[in-house]
Amino acid sequence: MAIVYQKSKGLTDKEMHYCPGCTHGIVHKLVAEVLEELNLLDDAIGVCPVGCSVFAYDYFSCDMQEASHGRAPAVATGIKRVHPNSPVFTYQGDGDLAAIGMAEIIHAANRGEKITTIFINNAIYGMTGGQMAPTTLIGQKATTAPLGRDKDLCGGPVHMCEMMSAIDGAVYVERVSVNNIPNLNKAKKAIKKAFELQMQNAGFAFIEVVSTCPTNWGKTPVESMKWLEENMLPVFPLGVYKDVEEVASK
Amino acid sequence: MAAKVTFAQDRCKGCELCAMVCPKNIVILDTSVTNRKGYHPAAVTDMALCIGCASCAKICPDSVITVERL
Repeated sequence: MAIVYQKSKGLTDKEMHYCPGCTHGIVHKLVAEVLEELNLLDDAIGVCPVGCSVFAYDYFSCDMQEASHGRAPAVATGIKRVHPNSPVFTYQGDGDLAAIGMAEIIHAANRGEKITTIFINNAIYGMTGGQMAPTTLIGQKATTAPLGRDKDLCGGPVHMCEMMSAIDGAVYVERVSVNNIPNLNKAKKAIKKAFELQMQNAGFAFIEVVSTCPTNWGKTPVESMKWLEENMLPVFPLGVYKDVEEVASK
Repeated sequence: MAAKVTFAQDRCKGCELCAMVCPKNIVILDTSVTNRKGYHPAAVTDMALCIGCASCAKICPDSVITVERL
């Protein structure tokens, strides 16, 4: 019998601390599989955020560096400039990237840093206990918004891909999800393209993954995937928001 | 048997995403087993029906599933 699927060599043997059904594990392995398939595991350097994926350095088998909250793109900038031939990526959640790290991500993109950012958007702060995030939906309940997010009080959810696509230094911006197998395959393709562009020295690539947080949403993993599809995808439409290659070929 | 699915049951967290995506609906949580984490791990009811699509393995957040095909 031939092996059709087995755990990627890009992941270590360490058991992940994530809650059951957390999509972090799915996105971790997509990144790991892409690095393995592109033969980049020996050279890749990842930068971890603060949040639930703070321990991601234990899970990827490539070199990893921890950054302080929101500063992963700044740390990745330094790493990439010292190691221009190594693929460098940041892996950040919505609290890390879209709240405290908003300035860092925008300026890294604007400078056209040749790094890849994987952005996990699950519309809530996970590790700290389900507080409202910049990406929380209008009306969505959180521990700091017990009656649901009020647009008059807090504004609407931040749309990162739409913002990043307006920045000159970003060459590839796509929003994907992992809520079913077709979307999961598309997500892997997007992550692969982002790393390929980096290896061609094209510029900054940004992949947003619409994700779940079953524990803080108060739902089972399967219910969470359904909730994502019904509530998050209409607000965060999937698709390619910027592809400089495609623009150039038109 | 055209395909074989094996679960590292001691690492399974019983999230059921594998059962959600199985096109043949043959993945279940085995309630007769409780693993060391305290979860009922995933298992296949009838391996003969498995088509080896690896959907369960692809979506497994903890990468506990290995799929083989003839």
